[in-house]
Amino acid sequence: MAAREVEFAQVSFTAPGGHCILREISLRAAAGTTTALLGRSGSGKTTLLRAVNGLVRPTAGRVLVRGRDVAAMDGKALVSLRRGVGYVIQETGLFPHMTLARNVGISLDLAGTDKGEAAALCLEMLALVELDASMATRYPWQLSGGQRQRAGLARALAAEPSVLLMDEPFGALDPITRAEMQTMLRPLLKRLGVTTILVTHDLDEALYLADRVVLLEQGSVVAEMAADEVLASANPAMQAYVAATTRVRDTGPGAPGILREPA
Amino acid sequence: MSGFLHEYGAQIARLTFEHVWLTGIAMLCAAGIAIPVGIWLTRHERWARPVLGFANVLQVIPSLALFGLLLPVPWLGERAARLAIVALTGYALLPILRNTYAGIRGVDPVLIDVANALGMTGWQRLTKVELPLAASVILAGLRTATVTCVGVATIAAAIGAGGLGELIFRGVASVDNGLVLAGAVPAALLALCADGVLGLIEKRMVVRR
Repeated sequence: MAAREVEFAQVSFTAPGGHCILREISLRAAAGTTTALLGRSGSGKTTLLRAVNGLVRPTAGRVLVRGRDVAAMDGKALVSLRRGVGYVIQETGLFPHMTLARNVGISLDLAGTDKGEAAALCLEMLALVELDASMATRYPWQLSGGQRQRAGLARALAAEPSVLLMDEPFGALDPITRAEMQTMLRPLLKRLGVTTILVTHDLDEALYLADRVVLLEQGSVVAEMAADEVLASANPAMQAYVAATTRVRDTGPGAPGILREPA
Repeated sequence: MSGFLHEYGAQIARLTFEHVWLTGIAMLCAAGIAIPVGIWLTRHERWARPVLGFANVLQVIPSLALFGLLLPVPWLGERAARLAIVALTGYALLPILRNTYAGIRGVDPVLIDVANALGMTGWQRLTKVELPLAASVILAGLRTATVTCVGVATIAAAIGAGGLGELIFRGVASVDNGLVLAGAVPAALLALCADGVLGLIEKRMVVRR
């Protein structure tokens, strides 16, 4: 049986205002697999993702990363956990006052890695996400959206994380750039063997990148299955999501790449 | 004119130096207090209002009144300059404090989130992300404080602390406009210079996004 890299056990989260965002969610993500958290806006998928690196503390339940409960960690333990968990978001979160080299190398800098070694690894990471080495000296504002997103990914991977969290990583990109990113990412995740949790509302993206797909609705898991079972699923919630998001599909079931969603 | 300069030139130079020294030391003290306190306030939000309010009160005390109140202090004499520095520091606190607080609070919350997610310690987040991004705002506060201080420092002569105010007070007392200008013009030039130089540095600190 595969090791359980990330496990949610009866996780609930109620916002300070009393609004219930997550309801008793139990999930397991095996090491080296990619799990897509699918659902519409407000379904709680981002909150669930942020519980993995402790940016959100569940009000009940446990979040285990490599067997350790994140919610019970003190500041120091949390810092060391986070250094082994990559985090990629839609806005990229690249630091505007740092060059790409410094942005990508920031986790090595935090860990006190030797400067020469860090620079070499940084170039390696840029190559990994198919960015030219000449980009290293540029600032985020000098890059295109796609390049920024690649840099954000390179930064997350530079720490050699065992867990990678991605929150709508390609949500702000045009469809063509988005397809390019997906095409690059899929073999990369397999090769690195990193346990990935991907938040997306895009069914095609989930099917293309993930091994397992979890559908969330109003803070609850309503469907969970292998990615290749989704389109033929008998689960009514999954059927409804598939139907709603593939109304104008013309590239065939499960096909990656260019897609349209109803507005 | 040349006769005037001949007579007062050395004195103007000495008093200008004194003026710069008074403001300079006061600014260092104010920055040394206000920047750390401003940072502390961003970590202890509920203190922000009372502390900023207190600094505000210091700021609105009319400077002439403050120095007037300080006049009867018994051991004034040789310690006048030190007392003036304390008063000037009080005046400079608010702009620096307010801008440090606002500058750090103004950092994009997404970047704070990312800094935490990367596993930065509180100190790393402060020095690597928050301060560099807030630098131009903090510097704008330093600039406002400096210009205010150069002006208020002229009043410090009222308690015998020296500086260009000495010429102004003497000029006023003896109804000698030339003497008033001999103090006021260099003081104004000092303020303009400080404003210009700090403005340039501030511009360089702005982070393009």
